[in-house]
Amino acid sequence: MTNQKIAIIDYGVGNVHSVINAINYLGYKKIKVSDEESVINDADVLILPGVGAFDESIKNLRDKNLHHILNEVVLVKKKPILGICVGMQMLATYSEENGIHEGLDWIKGRVKKLVLPKEFAIPHVGWNNVNIVKTEPLFERNKENSHFYFDHSYYFDCEANYIAGFCDYGKKVTAAVQNGNIFGVQFHPEKSQINGLKLFKGFFNSIS
Amino acid sequence: MLKKRIVANLVVKDGIVVQSKNFKNYLPIGKPEIAVEFLNQWGIDEIILTDISASFNSTLPDFEMLKKVAKKCFVPLTVGGGINHVNHIKKLMNSGADKISLNQSAINNPKLITEAAKVFGDQCIVISIDAIIENNHFKVFDYINKKALNISPAKFAKEVQDLGAGEILINSVDRDGSYLGFDIELINSICDAVTIPVICCGGAKNANDFIEVLKKTNASAASASNFFHFTEHSVNITKANILKKINVRLETFADYSNNEFDLDFRLNKKSDDILEKMLFIKIEAEII
Repeated sequence: MTNQKIAIIDYGVGNVHSVINAINYLGYKKIKVSDEESVINDADVLILPGVGAFDESIKNLRDKNLHHILNEVVLVKKKPILGICVGMQMLATYSEENGIHEGLDWIKGRVKKLVLPKEFAIPHVGWNNVNIVKTEPLFERNKENSHFYFDHSYYFDCEANYIAGFCDYGKKVTAAVQNGNIFGVQFHPEKSQINGLKLFKGFFNSIS
Repeated sequence: MLKKRIVANLVVKDGIVVQSKNFKNYLPIGKPEIAVEFLNQWGIDEIILTDISASFNSTLPDFEMLKKVAKKCFVPLTVGGGINHVNHIKKLMNSGADKISLNQSAINNPKLITEAAKVFGDQCIVISIDAIIENNHFKVFDYINKKALNISPAKFAKEVQDLGAGEILINSVDRDGSYLGFDIELINSICDAVTIPVICCGGAKNANDFIEVLKKTNASAASASNFFHFTEHSVNITKANILKKINVRLETFADYSNNEFDLDFRLNKKSDDILEKMLFIKIEAEII
């Protein structure tokens, strides 16, 4: 099953190329990078990629009017969406990066700066183990050896019932969230080699 | 727990990956996309691609080469060389870079660090610092003008951190291509000066050098360039040996856990008994 229609939301920042590359490798052919309402409406599943500062990202999303389109498609039509890195952070109520900025508010919580003991370098960069809280659907194929590539200075402090996975880095750092049809990962599956590809595959397979 | 990273540092000159010695002599290795494909398959944790001819010839970063390289790369890719505008970074990110590294711009146009961090986040900005020993002191080395600057790498690292850098890549000119091991003193001076992750580079000969630097310093990652090019499965074999002492990532069937090595970490032949048994082991292809 590799015929789902996948739309990668284009909001100007983000490492779109890396995400397409990984999904292409898995054999999915119906991938579109777009900011158009018709394409987003037509897709079976959406990806909100990341790499960027929060304020810049959410501003670009709003400038392109994408927040209205996404609210309709995700909250009303219940289309599955996966946010990656800052794409996941944008699901939050607000972020404290470069001042206070409102997010999409799909998953209650706030994005805060990592403040850690001296021996922990910030940003949190590298491969870290994810302690899985909810296996389905994101970690179904990664029950063991579930390490992924992280690269971030801010983390999503959200209510415990939304956490699908966390990692240890001086404190419990939210690694994955889910709320109904809304999913997010702080790490970069597109850059986590085989584990990342497995995560994409598990996620797409869970969508009928 | 966060694992230490083993990074490959590819030096590209005029479109070809080269082996570099003391920032002076260069031997051609091959096409960047092929080097990256192999390193990725062998389980490298991260790749840094530095185009040393772009700044030298005042040309733009090579976006087309990057697109080819990125297709083969499923680990983070940091790209450097010729970047002196935020628009270059935007275009690199759209061509397959995950992070960017600044070297000349950090020296000549430090404002770019702050500007770039504001748009892409500090986690995206790596500052590459070349260090040289002059009169028994570490100095920042300007490779374009081939001269040491009157500032220590540690002080410079702290300055760029304050400007918004997310990582430091410290390279020793003296150890570059020397196989003398990492410069522990230099690397410690950087780690003491900053709170952001430090990637060290220059001088690795074998797994022992990686173990030494990751034990004796707080570096988050150790990188090598020349070292990985010349033997089959160099990354798996090195990581298998590092893993005996340091927590690194090793997720491959070819993990060399049952192999013996000589003192230079070259593979010894397996005994005939083991080889005989291996005839009957079927290794299934991994299903993604």
